[in-house]
Amino acid sequence: MSNPPAKDVSLGHGLLLLDLDGAGSHPAAWRVSRTAPASVLGPEHLRGAVLAAESAGFHAATFSDPGLPDPDQPGPPGEPDPGHPGRDAAARLNALQRAAFAGPVTRSLALIPEVDTVYTEPFHISTQLASLDYVSGGRAGWLVAASPSAADAAAVGRDTVRGERLSREAADSIEVSRRLWDSWEDDAVIRDVPTGRYLDVDKLHYIDVENGSYSVKGPSIIPRPPQGQLPVLAPAGLLTPEAVAAGAADALLVSAPTPELLAAELAATRAGLAAGGSAPALIAELDVVLDSRGQAAAQRLAGLNRHTAWQSPRARFAGPAAELTELLTEVLARADGVRLHPAVLDTDLEELSRLVLPELRRRGLLAPTTADVTFREQLGLARPASRYAAITAGTAAPGAEN
Amino acid sequence: MSHSTNPAEFTPSGQLQLGVFFQGVNSGTVWKSAESGSQTDFESFRRIAQTAERGLFAAFFLGEGLRLREHLGRPHALDIAGRPDAQTALAALAAVTTHIGLVATQNTTYNDPADLAHRLSTLDLLSGGRAAWNIVTTDNAWTGANFRRGGYLDHAGRYTHAEAFVETAKRIWDAWDDGAIAASAAAARWSAEGAVRRVRHSGQHYSVDVTPRLPRSAQYRPVLFQAGDSPEGRDFAARQADVIFSAHPQLEDALEFRRDIVERTLRAGRGAQDVKIMPAGEFILAATPREALEKKAWVRSLQIGPQQAIAYLEQFWGRELQGYDPDGPLPDIDPVVDETSETRGSGFHGAKTSQLADQWRAEAKEKGLSIRQFVSAKTSRGDSTFTGSYTEVADRLAEYARTGAVDGFNISPWLIPSGLDDIVNHLVPELQERGVYPTEYAGSTLRKNLGLATPVRTAAGIEAEVEAGSVTARA
Repeated sequence: MSNPPAKDVSLGHGLLLLDLDGAGSHPAAWRVSRTAPASVLGPEHLRGAVLAAESAGFHAATFSDPGLPDPDQPGPPGEPDPGHPGRDAAARLNALQRAAFAGPVTRSLALIPEVDTVYTEPFHISTQLASLDYVSGGRAGWLVAASPSAADAAAVGRDTVRGERLSREAADSIEVSRRLWDSWEDDAVIRDVPTGRYLDVDKLHYIDVENGSYSVKGPSIIPRPPQGQLPVLAPAGLLTPEAVAAGAADALLVSAPTPELLAAELAATRAGLAAGGSAPALIAELDVVLDSRGQAAAQRLAGLNRHTAWQSPRARFAGPAAELTELLTEVLARADGVRLHPAVLDTDLEELSRLVLPELRRRGLLAPTTADVTFREQLGLARPASRYAAITAGTAAPGAEN
Repeated sequence: MSHSTNPAEFTPSGQLQLGVFFQGVNSGTVWKSAESGSQTDFESFRRIAQTAERGLFAAFFLGEGLRLREHLGRPHALDIAGRPDAQTALAALAAVTTHIGLVATQNTTYNDPADLAHRLSTLDLLSGGRAAWNIVTTDNAWTGANFRRGGYLDHAGRYTHAEAFVETAKRIWDAWDDGAIAASAAAARWSAEGAVRRVRHSGQHYSVDVTPRLPRSAQYRPVLFQAGDSPEGRDFAARQADVIFSAHPQLEDALEFRRDIVERTLRAGRGAQDVKIMPAGEFILAATPREALEKKAWVRSLQIGPQQAIAYLEQFWGRELQGYDPDGPLPDIDPVVDETSETRGSGFHGAKTSQLADQWRAEAKEKGLSIRQFVSAKTSRGDSTFTGSYTEVADRLAEYARTGAVDGFNISPWLIPSGLDDIVNHLVPELQERGVYPTEYAGSTLRKNLGLATPVRTAAGIEAEVEAGSVTARA
């Protein structure tokens, strides 16, 4: 099955995701981080961040990959040097490899890299994500992105993709990955000594995808990932309602300009889905700045914004931990989870860990964090059979289109 | 015959390094033994890498093949197949190892230079300067069927393409000045003005225009391995590579190969010691010579069973040979020659096969070999297998160190995940006693552990020279 069961959040099924992006999500975070600027790109910072997220009780970490800054887009108004190369951290480690590094370091945290679908090879992405599922013992997910950036296009020498084609590129890439993950049935490796066969080739399948842009033959070069299918997360609005209804995404990230508008946006998204027939989990997006060590959140934010304005499309909370707890309580009544973007990772994670997560847990709003649980299990998703196994057996599984 | 290269140009270090090649797709790893573990579970990779690190190995290798091997039009059933993406697995291993080099085999034909260079930089930073790239290339449209581009490269063009790719990657790795990033949060800017250069390349098959996103690592940039053995492959390695993953493990052959590579390296304007050579090797060891030979017979019987022997010939004959007795003579029928067919990840194609069949039949008849014996001999990597007691093999290896024939060996374990245990427990101490193997890691980066110099900066328009081991840029 590709659809999650409906959830009763009052039983404590809420998921908290933490976004990890360098020193923090605010562009000026490096100016107040306790980690030296260059060390943010080193292994110890990453190890510390995922361990802190796991011990704080987060269910998942996402690994941002904002792509290359687009030289065609004008800088924020009032910026002293639009585009400001070098004023803030321009360096980014590959998100999928950050997640892979975190695999053997963590036990319960789901690991979700953001991976572009427009300027990447679907075959490589599929293999890399399946490999991430192996190195994390089934805790991998995929946050789908579709880069609108001309700089990302120029880096690989392709024409810039814009508008509706972004949605199609994302859906095409997801479809290729999902088919490649199914292209080895679960029991394809047989190691049958009497016949000398390592593989049962009847359980390997060419996917033969042709989507108008490119074709992919298959089968995959890696056996089926431990979860069978990795959960796919997509920003709401990226995929067409038809693609969502067909089960392209297991969770949608829902964003609104302010916390007050978030509830309405969640309700509208949920209503739109009911009409479509599929029920992906809804995860609300929230930027967070907290009071910390005697400094008010508003003061901290103003200080950071004096260096560089925080241009974010997401709702933002700035205030004391107790108020954030109330806001999250409200949001978790309407969403299956919330993804938090801490302005400054070390400072804000410390407050979240100390004051916010324990209270949410006490209120029974959060799903348990369990060692060795798969990300599908966290989302309440069953492990699906390969769509090709369903064909072989002559019984099409629900949600499998062929 | 002299056991040395020209002393004026090349000085043997007297030392050997070891690497381990976790192959993942091959016929050399025994899967029929009860001790054989998973080829995909992370624990197998962790165990091999950590055992290698306990034995002070310089490098851990992963291979790559971008399409599943086929046999007579279907996936090949008899050999181990299915392995993780190299860099993803190595990024995870970076978290559970501290000194061993992490080498990813990656293809230049079906990757983009900016993306591949960025991912390798990431691996290099997350491992603290332990990443390496084993550069491979293909012209195979059969592999291209899995990619947006499809097949686009002709055979003659593949090294030209690969070299432009590698040079672009090097420019990407050179794009950040040392110390480009602010030393502290108090700085006005995160990176110094002008410290990061844009890289542009416009070639026949692709173009690149990117401002690279990552600084240099503790070893400056990833170490480059290359395995091509043709004259153009050797020249490519002499110009671009740090290490050659060679196919010449026998002592005389290895010395000849060293002479050839030293010559080509000098011609390319580099130093005689600049390119290291590490041939592939299979090690079958035991406490006594007799036990080692018995073990070898057992390993061979598991590597090439009757089905593998027939399937091996079928790859070349291009037709089913199931009616032939594996313990009988080679098939008397002729191969199906398809001039247009491409390799399917193994074997040859075209008219070569007919000549090959005649040649093999004659060879088998002359030596009195059955199909199974013949295939076993053909596939045994006979040349690259070191069989013997720990002391015997250590003596043999010490001779390689003394003569400078190679800089080390890449061991392909025939058993996963325990295949390095006897090498680390018994062979390594013997080599250490002979003074030809390190007793501790020289440093924390792969470049340091392989004894490689810091690269000279190649960014366009910038002259550079190496002085006292550090890079000095001249305006």
